Amino acid sequence: MSDKRPVLDVRELGIDFGGLTAVNDFSMQVYDNEIVGLIGPNGAGKTTVFNMLTKVYQPTRGTILFDGEDTGKKSVVDMNKSGIARTFQNIRLFSQLSVLDNVKTGYHNRSAYSPLTAILRLPAYYAREREIDKNARELLKIFGLEEEAENLASNLPYGAQRRLEIARALATGPKLLLLDEPAAGMNPQETEELMDMIRLVREHFKIAILLIEHDMKLVMGICERITVLNYGMMLAEGSPEEIQANPAVIKAYLGE
Amino acid sequence: MDFLSYLINGLGLGSVYAIIALGYTMVYGIAKMLNFAHGDVIMIGAYVAFFALNNFGLPLPAAVLLSIVVCTALGVTVERLAYKPLRQASSLSVLITAIGVSYFLQNAAQLLWSSSTKVFPTIIPGGGISLGNLSISYLTLITIATCVLVMICLTLFINRTKTGRAMRACSEDKGASTLMGINVNRIISITFAIGSGLAAIAAVLLCATYPSVFPTLGAMPGIKAFTAAVFGGIGSIPGAFLGGLLLGVIEIFAKAYISTQLSDAIVFAVLIIVLLIKPTGLLGKRIREKV
Repeated sequence: MSDKRPVLDVRELGIDFGGLTAVNDFSMQVYDNEIVGLIGPNGAGKTTVFNMLTKVYQPTRGTILFDGEDTGKKSVVDMNKSGIARTFQNIRLFSQLSVLDNVKTGYHNRSAYSPLTAILRLPAYYAREREIDKNARELLKIFGLEEEAENLASNLPYGAQRRLEIARALATGPKLLLLDEPAAGMNPQETEELMDMIRLVREHFKIAILLIEHDMKLVMGICERITVLNYGMMLAEGSPEEIQANPAVIKAYLGE
Repeated sequence: MDFLSYLINGLGLGSVYAIIALGYTMVYGIAKMLNFAHGDVIMIGAYVAFFALNNFGLPLPAAVLLSIVVCTALGVTVERLAYKPLRQASSLSVLITAIGVSYFLQNAAQLLWSSSTKVFPTIIPGGGISLGNLSISYLTLITIATCVLVMICLTLFINRTKTGRAMRACSEDKGASTLMGINVNRIISITFAIGSGLAAIAAVLLCATYPSVFPTLGAMPGIKAFTAAVFGGIGSIPGAFLGGLLLGVIEIFAKAYISTQLSDAIVFAVLIIVLLIKPTGLLGKRIREKV
């Protein structure tokens, strides 16, 4: 793995909120087509790391190299354009939009036509909208949501909403997908299905996946590598077996 | 027959309110702010159309187009300079700023063009069509037709284009929209552009009905259209349309059957009653608290 260039290379990342250091000296790499887990006790700073990777928060220290390029002061939109997409711990679908439209919002940047083209109804508008429609429906099919295309997103059952969030994120064409607690609130059977789905996403879209998760069965089951965060610091890094056997990790999770 | 003709006149007046209300409701829906300077954009639009017709002798379509272009540019500029720096500020600051912009535009107009009333030229010939005893003026017909056309175009734009989709997404969750690669600032600019362009159309229709142009011309139609937007459910586009039409009809009926002087009071009384019964307006979405 060391001879390959990582798609995501985070070096000594840190962020302060006022006087509080939320994350400090955090480094990790994610390689192409890899599934990596980011775990840690509650409040360890996992979602903060996601927010820095997507530039919702500008890191105070350190660098984020994405695809070999320093992301510097890039905006949230630019990070998405360069290929990082995410889902949310609390589902944040556009609940008043149809399932299909939710996915279509993901294509916003990948379908260049100006509002003027749309107002004048130029041929480019129809061509692009047809293309978006076709791609969005194909994506829904992969996630078994094609029957629900015209329904409002808020009317979907919970598990389907989670799948739709992944589909919407994939529509933006990411190289790296960030999943924030994808199994939260799922029963064991749904979690099982989700694991298959994450593997399928990796195979089908040839992307790397970084996920935050508390469900250890899921983490140990699908992640090739795991990074453990505790009090904003990196506690351990390694394969699922190594992490499970690491005394520091056990201590952080169970206390002494 | 009187009833029918009042109704049609009411729909005509209501159509103008509806077009203005669309500007309020779209900006509220997406930027979550009340743009109280919207009425004054109408005023600027009226002056531009007036000068284009009167001083430059431009044909009507060119004058309307020029007015739309100027208002669009004005709306976008005001948003950039006055509202954008306050994106993270409290809604009260933004509201006060909007009122400030409103006074600024009114006073600028007074300074530039004096406070004396200018007479807007007749742009739509008098007369109309008669159906039995009922006669409908061309002006009313054109106003209603324009409003319906605007409504159809806007609905298609919002529902069938990626920009419209992005607008709906932004109105629900700006953070998630940004993370899907939607440039929220650009969407807000486009919203102001559309709202202000519509204000120019409303300005011309308004001046065709009441042919006088003066610096505070936008204030009353502005506040009534805002009322219409709240009436229909602020943030909802069909709500603005419905609210505008209803407000126009109520106003004309109040004038015809009750009292001319009290008509405005009656309009606002109806608003208060509606809001007491249905606080989110006729078609307003219920506001859900985030858990």
